[in-house]
Amino acid sequence: MPGRDEKNNPGFRLIDRRGFLKGAALGLMSMALPHRSDASFWEGFFQKHFREMNSEEIREVIKRLEKEYKEKYKVDFNIKTTKPLPGVLFGYGLDISRCIGCRRCVYACVKENNQSRDPQIHWITVLRFRKGEKWVSNLEEADKYYYPDRVPEEGYFYVPVQCQQCENPPCVKVCPTQATWKERDGIVVIDYNWCIGCRYCMAACPYGARRFNWGEPRIRREEINPNVHYLGNRPRYRGVVEKCTFCIQRTREGRYPACVEICPVGARKFGNLLDPKSEIRYCIEKKRVFRLKEDLNTFPKFYYFFAI
Amino acid sequence: MIKKIHITCLLFLLLATSLMILEGPVTAEDAGDELVEFPVPPPPFSEGIFPCSNCHAGMEVNTTKRELEFHQNIKLKHFDGWCFDCHNPDDRDTLRLASGKVISFKESEFLCGQCHGTIFRDWKAGVHGKRTGMWNGRKEYRLCVHCHWPHAPRFKPIKPLPPPVRPDDIKYRKLRPEEIPSNPLEEILRGEKR
Ligand code: HEC
Ligand code: HEC
Ligand code: HEC
Ligand code: HEC
Repeated sequence: MPGRDEKNNPGFRLIDRRGFLKGAALGLMSMALPHRSDASFWEGFFQKHFREMNSEEIREVIKRLEKEYKEKYKVDFNIKTTKPLPGVLFGYGLDISRCIGCRRCVYACVKENNQSRDPQIHWITVLRFRKGEKWVSNLEEADKYYYPDRVPEEGYFYVPVQCQQCENPPCVKVCPTQATWKERDGIVVIDYNWCIGCRYCMAACPYGARRFNWGEPRIRREEINPNVHYLGNRPRYRGVVEKCTFCIQRTREGRYPACVEICPVGARKFGNLLDPKSEIRYCIEKKRVFRLKEDLNTFPKFYYFFAI
Repeated sequence: MIKKIHITCLLFLLLATSLMILEGPVTAEDAGDELVEFPVPPPPFSEGIFPCSNCHAGMEVNTTKRELEFHQNIKLKHFDGWCFDCHNPDDRDTLRLASGKVISFKESEFLCGQCHGTIFRDWKAGVHGKRTGMWNGRKEYRLCVHCHWPHAPRFKPIKPLPPPVRPDDIKYRKLRPEEIPSNPLEEILRGEKR
């Protein structure tokens, strides 16, 4: 594991605050922390938990972050903190009988959500299975490196996997710093300023949907998406965990996720599970839907189905 | 197995509905029976082919099934039929349903819907094909013909984007800004228009 980058990973500061690694750590702290006097750093160090902040405090944090990002990326960011919409519980549908494994969703997600280009991070992984193969219990052994000249290929089918937004998320339970939690609209979010990079959540996730920034994330400046949400696609730090948030920055404003819009075959469906007229409810009621690893009782809000 | 799936789905819906009573649903706009017009992007005609009347106005109409000397790119590989099962012999700039009703190319989904009823129903609900825009508001549909060439409608295979880098091949190196790899998405989208 590459060494920690104290300068850029505010999560590091949490050790003190949360009493995680208490005692022993305190001795180390005075050595490990940079002797910095700038106010921004120490404000970050003492930042409250996102859910405990009032709107004034949130505004302050956003102002500080926008300034930090501007210095670091030379880009003007617009960091939103849009709250869950009342009466909304997000659900996602994926039609396996249409998916052709073209990976346009993977890279539309990278673009929208500012994933690191190098070291490479993808929130969506497309798995390829041979038709007739027993597969639901076998996700880990699937081929994700297929690269033929054209897709779909005769005799194969494809299953994209990303965060399943569990109603009962194992990742949230194991987080020692409460840096990840489930919002009222069902989206499981991460506060990158609270994540200490212990990766317990990655071990707990049955779907392999979380990613770790082993290195400093890098994106070409002209490819940065400056329209971000605090709990979603804002730039991450080395040493923190990230994952799909159903494009929280888009969906909380009524827009479809980027992967839904790019899909050339229309295999991806999205909407409000509480709205009987939504396309996701139509899928659940009219199609044979199932969820990955149902036996684990994680209750994903990500439904797979076969339209034919 | 199937039964279990159904029970968990049901439980979940129950939970969802009880939440709804507490908070009241936010409804999508009525994409149902009443909505007759579906907003779509312009039909994907080849350049220069429309309006058809540029050539066909005043041209003799020949309804016999035959090898054409023009429109060589069209070889019917669909059901066993002919041009005028869909096109309107009296006005080439429009389509004609089996009922005799004339429709515009901007609503060709009604033509396809005559024979593909279940798919058309799914399409209206946003489940076959795709919609973009607002999940809780205005949506834009795609015509069937944006994805299916009506004369040979099987979906054509396309080029995939690259697989992820294998974990062993990821290097934690220092990069100059111009060395950062760019997203391959833009390049492939520039080459294709659906
Ligand atoms: C550049 C001139 C031109 C344009 C534009 C054109 N056509 Fe034609 N089309 C022809 C010619 C010439 C034939 C006759 C070919 C033959 O008889 O072998 C023909 C034949 C046809 C036929 C076969 C039946 C018949 O009347 O002979 C159909 C159907 C048809 N065209 C449809 C269309 C439609 C629909 C459009 C517009 C989307 C269109 N055409 C645009 C020149 C044109
Ligand atoms: C299944 C119904 C159907 C049949 C059968 C059919 N067409 Fe079409 N055709 C369409 C539709 C719908 C479009 C509009 C496509 C679009 O919106 O781009 C179209 C488009 C065209 C175009 C314009 C194509 C372009 O390049 O943009 C021509 C020319 C044409 N048809 C000719 C014919 C001829 C000639 C035949 C018979 C040999 C025929 N069609 C049979 C439904 C049909
Ligand atoms: C007159 C009835 C009729 C109309 C109108 C019609 N179809 Fe079809 N279509 C069929 C039949 C029958 C088949 C199955 C037999 C075949 O594939 O030739 C079929 C097959 C298809 C398939 C599957 C092809 C494959 O090889 O998998 C697609 C896609 C399709 N149609 C799309 C369309 C679209 C898009 C339209 C409107 C432009 C349309 N159809 C209009 C009768 C129709
Ligand atoms: C966003 C793209 C898209 C749109 C829009 C779309 N389809 Fe399809 N359609 C597909 C794909 C992808 C398949 C699967 C093709 C395959 O497996 O080869 C398919 C399959 C089909 C089939 C074959 C039967 C089946 O169930 O697989 C028919 C028939 C069909 N479509 C008709 C329609 C009709 C009619 C419309 C409009 C009402 C429409 N499609 C709109 C992408 C689309």
